[in-house]
Order: sequence, then C-alpha cells, then structure tokens
Amino acid sequence: MPDLNYLSITEAHELLVAKKISAQELTEFYIGKIRNLNPKIRAILTVCESQALKQAKKVDAKITSGAEIGLLEGIPYTAKDMFLTKGIRTTAASKILEDYIPPYSATVIEKLDHAGAVLIAKVNQDEFAHGGSTENSSYHVTHNPWGLDRVPGGSSGGSAASVAADFGIFSLGTDTGGSIRQPASYCGVTGFKPTYGVVSRYGVVSMASSFDCVGPLARSAEDAQIVFEVIAGKDSKDSTTIALSDKTLSDKNPVGKLKAVFYDDEDSDAVSKGVAAIEGSLLDIQTEASIAELVPLELALAAYYVLVPSEISSNLERYDGVRYGSKAKDSKDLLDSYMKTRSEFLGPEVVRRNIIGTYALSAGYYEAYYKKAMQVRTLIIQALNKVFEANDAILVPTTLEPAFKIGSKSDPVEMYKTDLLTVFANLAGVPAISIPIGFEPTTGLPMGLQIIGKQGDDIKILAIAKHIQSGSDWHNKLKELKL
Amino acid sequence: MAKLSLDEIQKVALLARIELSDDELVVASTEISSILDFVDTIQNTDTAGVEPTSQVTGLTDVWREDSVEKCAIAPKLLLAGTPDMQDGYVKVKKVL
Repeated sequence: MPDLNYLSITEAHELLVAKKISAQELTEFYIGKIRNLNPKIRAILTVCESQALKQAKKVDAKITSGAEIGLLEGIPYTAKDMFLTKGIRTTAASKILEDYIPPYSATVIEKLDHAGAVLIAKVNQDEFAHGGSTENSSYHVTHNPWGLDRVPGGSSGGSAASVAADFGIFSLGTDTGGSIRQPASYCGVTGFKPTYGVVSRYGVVSMASSFDCVGPLARSAEDAQIVFEVIAGKDSKDSTTIALSDKTLSDKNPVGKLKAVFYDDEDSDAVSKGVAAIEGSLLDIQTEASIAELVPLELALAAYYVLVPSEISSNLERYDGVRYGSKAKDSKDLLDSYMKTRSEFLGPEVVRRNIIGTYALSAGYYEAYYKKAMQVRTLIIQALNKVFEANDAILVPTTLEPAFKIGSKSDPVEMYKTDLLTVFANLAGVPAISIPIGFEPTTGLPMGLQIIGKQGDDIKILAIAKHIQSGSDWHNKLKELKL
Repeated sequence: MAKLSLDEIQKVALLARIELSDDELVVASTEISSILDFVDTIQNTDTAGVEPTSQVTGLTDVWREDSVEKCAIAPKLLLAGTPDMQDGYVKVKKVL
C-alpha cells in the first residue's frame, strides 16, 4: 500500500482513481489512526465509523463501475461538533446537548455528503464556540500536536488538531471572531474564513448570527479552496446567504504586485521574518502603513466583546430543557426549571457571556453598550473600506504569540485579548485566511500569517495564499510531526 | 469603572434564566465587572451621527415563493429528543 500519511485532497483522489487504494481502505486507515493517536491528542468527540464505511463503500462501487469520481469523493474529513449531522450525536461540546441526535443535517454537511466526502468524526471545540483554546469544552481538553502541553487554539481547536495530527484530510470549522484562523495558526495548518454570508449556516449551532461564518481547515490553501467551492452558495434555507459572482469565482490569477498593509510590531518577529523570506522572490509587496495606524484594533475588540455576547444571549435562550436537550430533574415550576437546567448544563464561559449579553441588552444599558458598539462597528467598517480602497490586502500575523500552555490563561479578559488581530475581519464580514509562515524560535511552535481581503475577494485571497505556498514549505512541515 | 453589585448580577442572572449560587455570584461580580472595564473604551468614542451596523450583507427583505413545502422530517423524529412528553405533546410545568 502507498504511504497514506498527510495526503492532500488531490493526492488521495489520484490514488483512488488509479485504484492504488479503495475508499474503504482510506477510511479504515484514518479510523485506525484516530484509534492509535487520539488518546494523546483528544481531538475527537464522536467517531462515525459505520456511517463513514457505508459512504466509502458507495464511492468504491462507483469506482468499480468505471464511473468518474469527483475530487472530494472518498475523502475522509472531520467536522466541528457545531454542525448538525443527521443520526449522529451533535453536542456543540456542551452538556446541555449531551444526548442530542439531530433529525437533519446542516446544508454544508449535506453538500459534502452529496460530493462523496466521508465524515469520519465530530471534533472537540469550546462549548458553543465560546473561547480560543478548546479548554472550554465540557468534555475534555484537546492537546496541540506540536506540543502536548499546549492548547490547539479555539474555538475550532479539534478541527485544527485533527488536520495537524492527520485524523482527516480536512475539517469544517466555524469562525465568529477568529475561531478557524487562530487554531489553524496554532496548529500549523491553513484555515479560511469566507466572506460573511457566502456559506450557508442552516443546521449550524448559532453563536452570534451577524458574525458566524463556516469554513474549511486544511493542509493547504489549494485544499481549502476545493472544499470552499463545494460548500459555498446561496441556500433557500438560510436567508442571509449571498452568492459569489461568477466573475469572482473565475478570477483565478489575480496575484502580481501586491499593495498591502502590515502589522508593525516587534512581537510579530517570527511572522515578519516569514514575510521577508517570501518578499521579492514570491510577492512584490508594497506596504505603506501599519494596520494599527489605520484601524483602531483595541476599539474593534471592545465592540466585538459587547456585540457577540449580546447576540449569544439572544441565540442561547432556546436551551431551556423543554423541546430538546438536557433538563434538570427537580424543579418546582417552569421558571425554576429554566433556571436549574441552564445552571446545571451550561459551562462557566457560556454563563459569563450570557450574563454580559443580557446586561448589555437590558433596559437602561442598551444605548450605552449595544447601540454604541453597533456604531463603533460602523466606524471599523469605514476604516477598513478606506484601507481596501488603497490596498489589495491586509497581511498581519494571526496571533502575536504561538499556542500557549494549557491552563495558563485563566482570566477571561486575558483570553479575549488574544483575538486582537482576528475579530475586525468578522466585524466587517470580510474574508480572511491563516497560513503557516514559520516557527517561533524559542518554542519551535508554528505561527500563522493572515491574508485579509475586501468582501467578495475570497478567491483572490485564496490565490495569494496558494501563490505563497507554491514557493514555500511551511505548510508541508506537518509531515515532520512525530506523534 | 463599572462595578456590578451582587444584587445587579442577581437581577441580570434572573433575566438570563441562570441560577447562580452565592459563591458563583461573587465570582461573576468580579469577572463581569472586569469585562465591562475592558469594553469600556467604546464609551470614549465619538459616535455622534454614526449609523449603527446590525448586519453586513446589505440584504433587505429576502422573499421566497409563498408555497407550502413538505417537511422531510417526520414529527416523531423531531420530537425524539424532547425530554418530557405525554400523548405526543411536549410537557412543561404549570404556567398559570
């Protein structure tokens, strides 16, 4: 059998087409890998073995019949536990959904299913995606494959760790304030948050509806784009979806001279060095100013942490123990049942965000917090629009530090501050990708570079990322990981 | 500096329908106050005349054909995860 470790989508596809492996063998290889190595990483919440094998056998039958197969057919992948999967437990890493088995699947899961991809596992995350380390999971902590004492990032930490540890060829994540890009950066993989609204959220557990985005985590921008093009598109079941224009989708080679804005700070040395290494040889980057001079980043972060908890407190009202989910046993009346259910089954960060959001939306504080933050959001969008009038892209580190040690950030505000360079993209709904750009010298841990474009420039920023990866090797370093 | 009293936290927790023990109230009061301090910079920003942004797609009034679509999911399956049921109905504690 050929070496199946760390295959790209195209490599796996070619092996399937050439009949060097069957889809069933490929699926069994990944399930075996999860069985052997997951006890170290703990990225997985539920393995979907029987459903995966059934799907793989369907692909094999098609190959045997001589029919052509699509790029994603027979490709094993994992999905964050935010995606509803028909007949497969979906928890959002919360105890309030511990036994929840959805009666239908998210549109994106259906699209991937239809494309023949093989869902092999549902992966860990921060509870309801509230966090940046996956430590807020109500089930267990996930370990970073690059350093087991480190967090994988979050909230899509299980997705990033599962791609880095090769428990799947790609993963689906969600990004409300950096939850795809930050864990991708911490785990040395590529993570793409599309333009807001381009990918359907039907059947995805809601966090903050005016921010939530669905996107892929993968080994490369090329793989991320293959997945993105399958999951993108208008969905009649999600009225907030928009279609990318055909022109944007066919615009394959927009890379040339690049006018970009960078982040100027000694803290981002490892990333600056990575960019310096590709400048000239790969990209002709003309930078004029630092993002911090053009966009008030701290203000954006503050507005984010008012708006998002507000939307959370509204969205999470549904977990009341009445129609589905866990319910507290002894209560004297309906109100008591709500209070006890939510107290017993929601974790500390979820409680914190519900209280902050309820406060910011309550009578007397609405104007000072929620409305004010919505106005600040407008100012951030205006500032970013100006940046994009004069520039093709923003190139900034995804985070200023590599993955931190498990248990080292117990103060919620300290944790929120790690989102400084990711949340502004969500406030404006613009596309952003994080790609590996080198290693922080003292820890040897991976660092990520973010490429951010204006709304609708999804294919353009993917093209820039692909161009960088075509002439550099950081994204291939995963193959040297020894687990 | 915003400092929330235990009474205020209690009141907000009730609005959020989350029961907090006495110890949890004390922790919440400190944590929520420090988060409010952290987001306080928005108060010092001049936003006079600035329109609030509530969504970023620019979409307005998304319509669909006014027709009935058959639900593909059997009612029984929809109710399979309901914690308390009686005779096909969702059961709750007395409201009135």
